[in-house]
Amino acid sequence: MNRPEREAAVRQMMERTAPRVPAGLHADVLRLGGRMLRRRTIALRLLWLLLFAATVAFVVWAATARPWVEPPSQTTPPVTDW
Amino acid sequence: MRERRTVQEARRAREFEAFLAGAGGRLLGTATLLTAETAEDNPRARRLLTHALAHTYACWDRLRGEDPYNHARECLAVRFARGTWHRYGVLPFGRARARPAGPLAVLSAQHRLVVVLRLHEGVAEEQVAALLGLPADRIHLIVDRATTVLLHPPRGPAPARVSAKAATS
Repeated sequence: MNRPEREAAVRQMMERTAPRVPAGLHADVLRLGGRMLRRRTIALRLLWLLLFAATVAFVVWAATARPWVEPPSQTTPPVTDW
Repeated sequence: MRERRTVQEARRAREFEAFLAGAGGRLLGTATLLTAETAEDNPRARRLLTHALAHTYACWDRLRGEDPYNHARECLAVRFARGTWHRYGVLPFGRARARPAGPLAVLSAQHRLVVVLRLHEGVAEEQVAALLGLPADRIHLIVDRATTVLLHPPRGPAPARVSAKAATS
């Protein structure tokens, strides 16, 4: 028996079983799928919120700490009376 | 905004229902072959299919022209491949679950998956290989072996099944 014949025989063997679709399948799928969608939406919103909060925190910190300003010199005291 | 969302939800529900009415039977047949259960008693196949379809439903709006049947089939295959080691009777320590009785029950879970995708669903060898992360040659080989085993089943496990049934009854 060559390969195509064997494949055809196995295909035929598999085609014999045809289960009936249960009545509650559609409702179950919608329930599960809807829950997945809701969770995904909530997770997405939480991530956006986190990003927003992080941005605000950074801006506030930068405005108060001003890390780009050169700190006053600590080693040489300013010369005043010379 | 809210109105647009409800319209979108209604459209999704309608499209999905049409898809399920058309493809549900065939997908359930595929799932039943994968779990090697009989057509009348297939709780595992139903659970597998419910989860795969729920995933397809959740991704419905982002499919954008991709075939939903293809998506559901891939979900089914990947889910089966991931769940096999602890669910479908291939437990370690010889602690096999109740033996299924479908037409592909003599094959191992991986061989079943390959045979169903390749022969029942007609997916190309390269695609099956890409989906399962195996080389294409190996898929070819598995189909070869599995068809041989199916058409000339080994004699080994059959008496064990009969004696187990006799012991329980």
